[in-house]
Amino acid sequence: MKRMSKLFAFGTVGVFLLASCGGSDSSGGKALDSLGDGEGQVNLIAWAGYVEDGSTDPAVDWVTDFETETGCTVNVKIGNTSDEMVELMQSGEYDGVSASGDATLRLIAGGDVAPVNTDLIPNYANVFDDLKNKQWNSKDGVAYGVPHGRGANVLVYNTEAGPAPDSLSAMFSADSPYAGKISVYDSPIYIADAAVYLMATQPELGITNPYSLDQTQFDAAIALLNDQKSRVTQYWSLYTDQQASLESGAVTAGTSWQVIVNLATANGAKIGAVKTKEGATGWSDTWMISSKAKNPNCMYMWMDHIISPKANAAVAEWFGEAPSNSESCGLTADPNHCTTYHADETDYWADVWYWTTPTSECLDGRDESCVPYSEWVNAWNELRA
Amino acid sequence: MVLRNRPRLALASVLTAPLAWLLVIYIGSLTLLVVSAFFRLDSFTGKSTSQWTLSNITEVTTKGAYIKLVLKSVGVATAATLICLTAAIPTAFYVSKCAAPWAKRGLIVAMLLPLWAGYLVKAYALRAVFDPGSAFGSGGFLSSTFGWSPGFGYVAVTLTLAYLWFPYMLLPVYAGFERLPDSLLDASSDLGAGAGRTFGSVVMPLLVPSIAAGSIFTFSLSLGDYISVKVVGGTSQMIGNIIERALLAPNQPLAAAFTLWPISIMVLYLLVMGRLGAFKNL
Repeated sequence: MKRMSKLFAFGTVGVFLLASCGGSDSSGGKALDSLGDGEGQVNLIAWAGYVEDGSTDPAVDWVTDFETETGCTVNVKIGNTSDEMVELMQSGEYDGVSASGDATLRLIAGGDVAPVNTDLIPNYANVFDDLKNKQWNSKDGVAYGVPHGRGANVLVYNTEAGPAPDSLSAMFSADSPYAGKISVYDSPIYIADAAVYLMATQPELGITNPYSLDQTQFDAAIALLNDQKSRVTQYWSLYTDQQASLESGAVTAGTSWQVIVNLATANGAKIGAVKTKEGATGWSDTWMISSKAKNPNCMYMWMDHIISPKANAAVAEWFGEAPSNSESCGLTADPNHCTTYHADETDYWADVWYWTTPTSECLDGRDESCVPYSEWVNAWNELRA
Repeated sequence: MVLRNRPRLALASVLTAPLAWLLVIYIGSLTLLVVSAFFRLDSFTGKSTSQWTLSNITEVTTKGAYIKLVLKSVGVATAATLICLTAAIPTAFYVSKCAAPWAKRGLIVAMLLPLWAGYLVKAYALRAVFDPGSAFGSGGFLSSTFGWSPGFGYVAVTLTLAYLWFPYMLLPVYAGFERLPDSLLDASSDLGAGAGRTFGSVVMPLLVPSIAAGSIFTFSLSLGDYISVKVVGGTSQMIGNIIERALLAPNQPLAAAFTLWPISIMVLYLLVMGRLGAFKNL
């Protein structure tokens, strides 16, 4: 035993030495000055449906032509939640990521992503102006990526389970006809969905931005989610899990993405989807380049490719979101796609709350202290325990 | 030839690599894990800083929801172990003491066979068994055959874990029976003991170390499992899910603090099993 404790002490000392060496470096690096030759491959982290090479559906492919043109082989790792994407990007093993607003600020602050020289991305010029240099994709006026597209988190419902709902009460109300068959997105950012519902149903709480909650408002949202818990049958983080449950009918209502609705409908699920009258959470995603990218040239080529009119139209149509390139609207297979998804209607996006990282400094500008994202994570953990 | 005259050098050259492995890779990483539980997280970037804090430990040891979850996980692991044990004793006894010699070899292969199938294959197979179905879709084997299923939850998780880890209990118990001389059973019966008395007073005491060894496998594997609960658990959670969630948050310090629960439970468990002689027969 004595020898063991000596070994242990030795090990501990070694570890302390190791730990003290690992300083944190939070400089985001510099943007590329000029584009060189491709490195032969590019490693991406993406949302499901963002990087399709025809293996899901032979007709859905905007990777193969990119690979032939540039000689960059695309390797993709699907991230299921923003948190997972941040964690993967911190590993430094990927060249780029399709980050949502609740990940982008964390990646910029953590120095995991580099600024982007938009001059090297010709297609950037045609991106909708109301998507450029926003709070979630830039810092001090410097772009940290290219906007990919935007969409709202929809309410999916089984068309045979009753009349079509138009309100988030299907998710949160105790007398919801879908009680016991509800599917919820398993991520701390879902707390914002509860806040959106509270904005409409409990105006006395004074919520003006679902990502900017003081302690009282936050506690109300958590109480609502705790109450919802008994009616939930599934907390999904893997999109295929929700798709399977929608197809089997085990889930009759849930928070969903249009791409899941499309996939399940293609497999025969009798479902519909709606943006609820209370408004919705949503996303405006950004392709960002890692500050430690090993294949920066291929990554720049990819960023240019994914917002090129044709590829952007294809991905927007497949995923079910509004494209970011204004010229994409003329190239979608469904000529009404941009109208359906309200690509250039500023009004439609007024009550869509893009995912953003909550900070202790209130995002809505009031002079109080708000609940930061780390507390959202802890509260969600506790809720799910 | 150099080494022959220098026994110390020879010893050092043989032991350096495995010792380095033990210290650096194994104990080192474990220690690093424990140490990182005391670091403060930069809440914005999601990276741990080098400031010290006890808040992670307080968080995981004082919140009722977490303690409840730990108790549930221990309950599931205990139940799965007991189910494995109940099934393993008669099976191992039959194979070791009753089966004809020609059948024995086949039965041993049959005992090992489940280990050749993949974990996920087995877990998803049981998902198909437990699926309670819905108004719009037919359920799995249980509900379509018997009209009843426990559904997805802790019961399904316990049964799945018991099914997954059964061979790990069966093999040590079987080995224990093999070491038990038949003459002891004869002697017990000659002295007038019935089957029950023989089992309780002769077989069980000699089998305890084997059972303890087997239970270490089933208990620790069940306690740390977080995959099968995703497949057949519905909305229920185990400690492992909370650790994974904290790690992906990303909040490594909190995840590390959570791991102190299974680590300390397993240390306690191993101490008790060591007392029962589990390590004498490994």
